[in-house]
Amino acid sequence: MILDIKNLVKSFGGIAAVRDISISIKENSISSIIGPNGAGKTTLFNLLTGIYKPDRGSVNFDGRSLIGLRPDQVNAAGIARTFQNIRLFQGMTVIENVMVGMHTRLRVSWVESLFRTKSFGEQERDIVKKSHHLLRFVGLDESANEVSRNLPYGDQRRVEIARALASNPKLILLDEPTAGMNPQESAEAMNLFRRIRDEFGITVVLIEHDMRVVMGISEHINVLDYGQKISEGTPAEIRSDQRVIEAYLGRRAVATTERES
Amino acid sequence: MAHVVKSESQEKSFWDGFNRPPVLIALALGYIALTVLGIVTADRRNLFYFTYNIVIFSLFTISPVVVVLLPVSRRFRAITIGVLLLVIMPVMGIYNPYYLELAIQICIFAGLALGLNIVVGYAGLLDLGFIAFFAVGAYLWGMFTSNTNTIFFQNGWIVPANAFYIFFFLGLGVTAIVGIILGLPVLRLRGDYLAIVTLGFGEVIRLIARNLDSPINFTNGSQGLSGIPRPDILPGISELTLATSQFFSIRLDNLGAVSSQIWFYLLSLAVLAMVVVISRNLEESPIGRAWTAIREDEIAAIAMGVPLVRMKLTAFAFGAAIGGGGGVLYAAKQSFIDPSSFLLLASISILAMVIIGGMGNIIGVIFGAIIVTLLDLHVLSMLSQQISALKQSNFVFLGFNFNQWPSQLEPAKFQPLVFGLILVLMMLFRPAGLLPAKRRLMELSSEEVPDEEIDAEISGAKKE
Repeated sequence: MILDIKNLVKSFGGIAAVRDISISIKENSISSIIGPNGAGKTTLFNLLTGIYKPDRGSVNFDGRSLIGLRPDQVNAAGIARTFQNIRLFQGMTVIENVMVGMHTRLRVSWVESLFRTKSFGEQERDIVKKSHHLLRFVGLDESANEVSRNLPYGDQRRVEIARALASNPKLILLDEPTAGMNPQESAEAMNLFRRIRDEFGITVVLIEHDMRVVMGISEHINVLDYGQKISEGTPAEIRSDQRVIEAYLGRRAVATTERES
Repeated sequence: MAHVVKSESQEKSFWDGFNRPPVLIALALGYIALTVLGIVTADRRNLFYFTYNIVIFSLFTISPVVVVLLPVSRRFRAITIGVLLLVIMPVMGIYNPYYLELAIQICIFAGLALGLNIVVGYAGLLDLGFIAFFAVGAYLWGMFTSNTNTIFFQNGWIVPANAFYIFFFLGLGVTAIVGIILGLPVLRLRGDYLAIVTLGFGEVIRLIARNLDSPINFTNGSQGLSGIPRPDILPGISELTLATSQFFSIRLDNLGAVSSQIWFYLLSLAVLAMVVVISRNLEESPIGRAWTAIREDEIAAIAMGVPLVRMKLTAFAFGAAIGGGGGVLYAAKQSFIDPSSFLLLASISILAMVIIGGMGNIIGVIFGAIIVTLLDLHVLSMLSQQISALKQSNFVFLGFNFNQWPSQLEPAKFQPLVFGLILVLMMLFRPAGLLPAKRRLMELSSEEVPDEEIDAEISGAKKE
């Protein structure tokens, strides 16, 4: 297990956004976290990446606890993420976005930057090369020097993924990565997620609403509702799980459908 | 370098004919020659000398920026600017020492504006108390060298004038530390809150300078410190000045003062060059990219592994250090400082330089500094002198006799109004500044590494 979440609790004021969630993610797997709106999926991501501090519970990643780490330290530990509402550095070029993603893997020294030492030059060359490589991986190398604000929506999502990959993570958290995509784009995106796992050996966790994507790609699915995990299992198991269907459609709707059939 | 800087592709238009390098070079050289000729042939007895001076010297002063912006070879630009700044400007200074005074001020303030640009332009942290660091630098040099009756003077702890060079670098270090000490608590605030707290800090430093004359007299309070020395002039400069003046047959009233000004001008220019190099090297480094990322989106930046507090502190420290170095230079130049040199208005005018020129763009910020300094010290005061000259000669224009010009309407008093107007107009029509920042383009060097190698490197960490 690369990621072990145990009894995680977080409330905002009186509202419990995450109540007692325990999830384990297997190394080198692709898994999804699904659930209706407001189920606490994004809050869970924010807790994992240190943007929120959990009230209780433990998070163990790759043999160490993540509790109390700042987001940049979590990133350095090997977890990268994308955001539900794309958060690129809008005014920077595509390749600069990716270069920023490498920050934790660099020697960042103002002395070297000021005096332009030889090793600084080598590192800069190296970063540019790796960034181009990552952009090629997501299929955007031609847009490397475009200001990212000007990119179409789908491409911005891909830049975000390249930027996350740049930090050389062991685990990547994708928050609704196919939102707003048409079926063909979603299919391409699924292909990309598989390649992230297969070619880089990175464990992939998605939050997703598109059931075609979820069922098509996940090896394991966790279902959240009202801040709790209500089910987990393989796509086939989840598809036939009564609690999941109820959570998504509502108990009465399920009852009605059953009577009609 | 793996990346090269490419100029933006030009749009096709009527101006295309003028856009070929030879034509542009000819135009630029013609422009410089005309302004120089204009300065040399100025007739000081002419009634409209002041107005003429405003136009001609302003045009001359922006010529380095004009040259930098030309889309011609780097070498041509470098040589032209070198000649302009190192040869023509000093000669103009011998011709009229007032120009040197302006040029020194522009260099110092351009340096300051570049320092503030690191904080505001790169990292996006609005600092309204930047002048505080300037004050710390100025007092650092002033306290230890002034012949005013401070504790240092009484006990004979006076450093020689040539310690200036040591103190300049000491000033960089001390103000950087002050910047960090101030930044630690303050940088947890965002946006408007940060602006207000830094504004307060600026005033606090000024008030400390004002009140630190008792019980022990460090700063001589509101009386200020006088007799602050400049470093000794480089041997040979005054001979060179004399020879130049004889060559161009310019009458020199005071050789000592002029050559001292020339030496100080060269010093200020060197400091400005240093600041430009610092700014550029930081901008094009992981630190600079981290700053921009913070400016664009703090949450995304920290989630991508940028340590917010440390990077913000770095920006603050560099901005402060440059401000402090400028302060040391300024104290030596003025030879007198008092707390009123470090008012909030000064912070705002430095900020105005950054905004008018173009936040985040080195050339833009220098351009902004030139414009604001010229406006402040040259245009408005010359206008005042022009009007008083017209008054004295009872000049009549369209039936209006200038001796009736009310003293309330003296242009020099309108500095804040003019600034305000310019800023409002800028916000309306060019919110990104006169020369907005552009993103640098990066390209792969010819020798590419095969993908598999990088693949191995990227996934290496995991498969160890």
